[in-house]
Amino acid sequence: MSFNIIGLIKAAIINGTPLLFGTSGEILTEKSGNLNLGVEGLMFMGGAFGLMGAFLYGNAAGDSASGAVAVAISLLCSFGIGCIGSLIFSFLTITLRANQNVTGLALTIFGTGVGQFVGELMRIKVGGNVTISNALKAAFAEPILPAALQKIPVLGQILFSYNLFVYLGVIMALVMAWFMKKTRKGLFLAAVGESPATADAAGINVTRYRYLATVIGGGISAVGGMVYTMTIAGSVWNHSGLSGEGWVAVALVIFCLWRPINALWGSALFGALLILYLRLPIPFLPTQIYKIVPYIATALVLIMVSMRQRREDQPPQGLGLNYFREDR
Amino acid sequence: MSETTHAVEFRGISKRFGSIQANDSVDLYLDRGVIMSLLGENGSGKTTLMNMLAGIYFPDEGEILIDGKPVTIKSPADAFENKIGMIHQHFKLVDVFTAAENIVLGLKEQGKLDRKAISTRVKEIGDRYGFEIDPDKKIYEMSVSEKQTVEIIKVLYRGADILILDEPTAVLTPQETSKLFKILRAMRDDGKSIILITHKLNEVMEISDVVAVLRKGKYIGAVKTAETNEKELTEMMVGHKVSLNIERPDPVDPKPRLTVAGLTVRDSEGMVKLDDVGFIAYGGEILGIAGIAGSGQKELLESIAGLRHISKGSIIYTPEGKSPAELVGKTPMEIKDAGVSLAFVPEDRLGMGLVGGMGMTGNMMLRSWNKGKSIFVDTKGPEKLAEQVLVNLDVKTPGIDYPVRKLSGGNVQKVLVGREIAQAPSVLMSAYAVRGLDIHTSFTIYNMMTEEKMKGVAVIFVGEDLDVLLELCDKILVLCGGKVSGIVDARTTTKEEVGLLMTKLGGKEAN
Ligand SMILES: Nc1ncnc2c1ncn2[C@@H]1O[C@H](COP(=O)(O)OP(=O)(O)O)[C@@H](O)[C@H]1O
Ligand SMILES: [Mg+2]
Repeated sequence: MSFNIIGLIKAAIINGTPLLFGTSGEILTEKSGNLNLGVEGLMFMGGAFGLMGAFLYGNAAGDSASGAVAVAISLLCSFGIGCIGSLIFSFLTITLRANQNVTGLALTIFGTGVGQFVGELMRIKVGGNVTISNALKAAFAEPILPAALQKIPVLGQILFSYNLFVYLGVIMALVMAWFMKKTRKGLFLAAVGESPATADAAGINVTRYRYLATVIGGGISAVGGMVYTMTIAGSVWNHSGLSGEGWVAVALVIFCLWRPINALWGSALFGALLILYLRLPIPFLPTQIYKIVPYIATALVLIMVSMRQRREDQPPQGLGLNYFREDR
Repeated sequence: MSETTHAVEFRGISKRFGSIQANDSVDLYLDRGVIMSLLGENGSGKTTLMNMLAGIYFPDEGEILIDGKPVTIKSPADAFENKIGMIHQHFKLVDVFTAAENIVLGLKEQGKLDRKAISTRVKEIGDRYGFEIDPDKKIYEMSVSEKQTVEIIKVLYRGADILILDEPTAVLTPQETSKLFKILRAMRDDGKSIILITHKLNEVMEISDVVAVLRKGKYIGAVKTAETNEKELTEMMVGHKVSLNIERPDPVDPKPRLTVAGLTVRDSEGMVKLDDVGFIAYGGEILGIAGIAGSGQKELLESIAGLRHISKGSIIYTPEGKSPAELVGKTPMEIKDAGVSLAFVPEDRLGMGLVGGMGMTGNMMLRSWNKGKSIFVDTKGPEKLAEQVLVNLDVKTPGIDYPVRKLSGGNVQKVLVGREIAQAPSVLMSAYAVRGLDIHTSFTIYNMMTEEKMKGVAVIFVGEDLDVLLELCDKILVLCGGKVSGIVDARTTTKEEVGLLMTKLGGKEAN
């Protein structure tokens, strides 16, 4: 059997990176008590707008296009559209106090629609596959560390052979973990998610925390969609490539017990589960069976957590509930 | 006295919620170094008025002056700035945080979150006023009184000079209450102004310097505690003469209704909660149950209602004119249908038996949805029942379809107790039925219990106030550590005897 463990680990981490962004963003959102089920839509929009940014820049700059600039533009475009999408969500749920589940599902429908529209529009305009020059593609998907490091046996491949976004994702998750555990603002954010009435009575601006966490979280999730399109999907628009990613990210939030540190290894694990059907094919087993494995893993974690009954492992108590001070 | 000396002054404060006028042009002041009790029936607007000082609600009309200067308190943060701190009736704490983390919530201190330094400062405050507190303990591991301590330190940490405590003693044991009062006195002597809401008139007389009274949202007046008495205060609250006597007619032809023998119950961890409990509850009598909190009162009622797994023992139920039946092994629904009713009022009133978002009608329906023969639920019956409870218990609500969550705490409780009584049960069990209720309403409920007794119902009444148990019940069963410590005749026993039985099994050692 040509089963290659190093290759699997590498592929798991690369495939897990979009999830790492999607999940970390949603963790930030949910920590504030907002349950944004629009991650799927946000990642779709992030993917489409990220590609569009790099594509338009590539066309405009022609041969003189710089990879670094293209990456920066893609990051900005996807983050920006994620912020806009979740700003709509925030306005509806925080300011107008609409039901979060319904609004989130609507955002998913809206976001996939917008993503598809932008992607297909580009395709029609170009009259074929939308893609960017090979030089630009390399800036997104090729390893960024010196070749010498990658040549170290075993470790070189497992640790130093990745594209920019893998490292960016790890740094982002570490910063988020530090923010939540070590800073005052992180503590206040957790209080807002656990009990907005308590936070409010303590003088914390609940509305501001919820808006900021949801908008920034949505932006980070959308970057995940861009990372998927630009690295795994080879910087080519494919109308169904991203489908399901966002939902896996939402499941992963639960799997990680709302801790960004767990998202680091959880995303790699889920990344592995997502590609297992390619790496470890079992004859006659339909690929659909593989695709439900992440959800089964999430359900198992839920069962374990409810058996252990540790308060710290529970979702934020105020999750999904809108807050109005004069309510009883 | 010139008015600039007042620490706090309300001028013409009004607040409405929809069609409810919670406060109506209230004028009230409080000086430094004074403890003021705020009295009023349930729903008279005490909490609402205090919430406006604490920045939770904003007044529709009127102004608030602090040290003679008009202030605008738009949010809790503004309240802190004016050195006002409120300890809410329902604690505002984050369960998964430690005490120290809760205490620093919202503080705009600079620098990184140094949990050690915070713990040290929390300990310092504790030592100064005589609190005992472990800053690193999680809230969900704490008892009610520990949580309250955290709340008090939280406002002291912010340098509050004006402290508001909303029904702080409702859930405390007598020992915890006297500890709290010692702390409050220490704070008063430190020059702080304290507003205390409580329904217990003996506490009002004991701790406060002045008493202010609200009735139906209006300010009635303030009196010096030394120059008043419980009767006068009650009349100010209610607005007319009241008698604070419980009638206790002699039982007519009592018959055994519930015969409990050898009842042994363990909790989910296998700890014995009830140990070989046996007694007979008679129809036409009120059986009081006394005991230190957690001696098995709750478990006993729940076992009879079929809500607990019973390890050993039997509960024989003999309805009027029918043959006896064993209740052990029956489902809660079967037991309920047989006529055994449980009105349990937990610390969190909405936690058990009521759906906050529904109105009174809907909540009445929860007990009858499976009764009718047609596939549609019957709404007429529950509606009538709701009207009945509304009138009988004088529930303050804009209508029977108004969500019960929005009623004031005491009124929520009236709905709960009223519904159980309205089932026309033949055994009526109630636990802490008057917890947090004003005395007028409490007496209404006592009288309802007596009425049920005279109808031949076997009433089982778990109470916290020994004076009431002695006046209301016919017999008192005393539990001590899950065992029956004694069953005494309520007419002849004394508070001391019951107290001894509560602390020592059989009460014998002291004799
Ligand atoms: N947030 C709210 N929404 C609607 N009604 C309220 C609210 N707060 C209080 N009320 C109503 O105002 C009245 C006064 O309530 P409250 O101040 O809690 O009384 P008290 O504390 O004296 O028992 C009650 O009728 C209550 O139902
Ligand atoms: Mg109140």
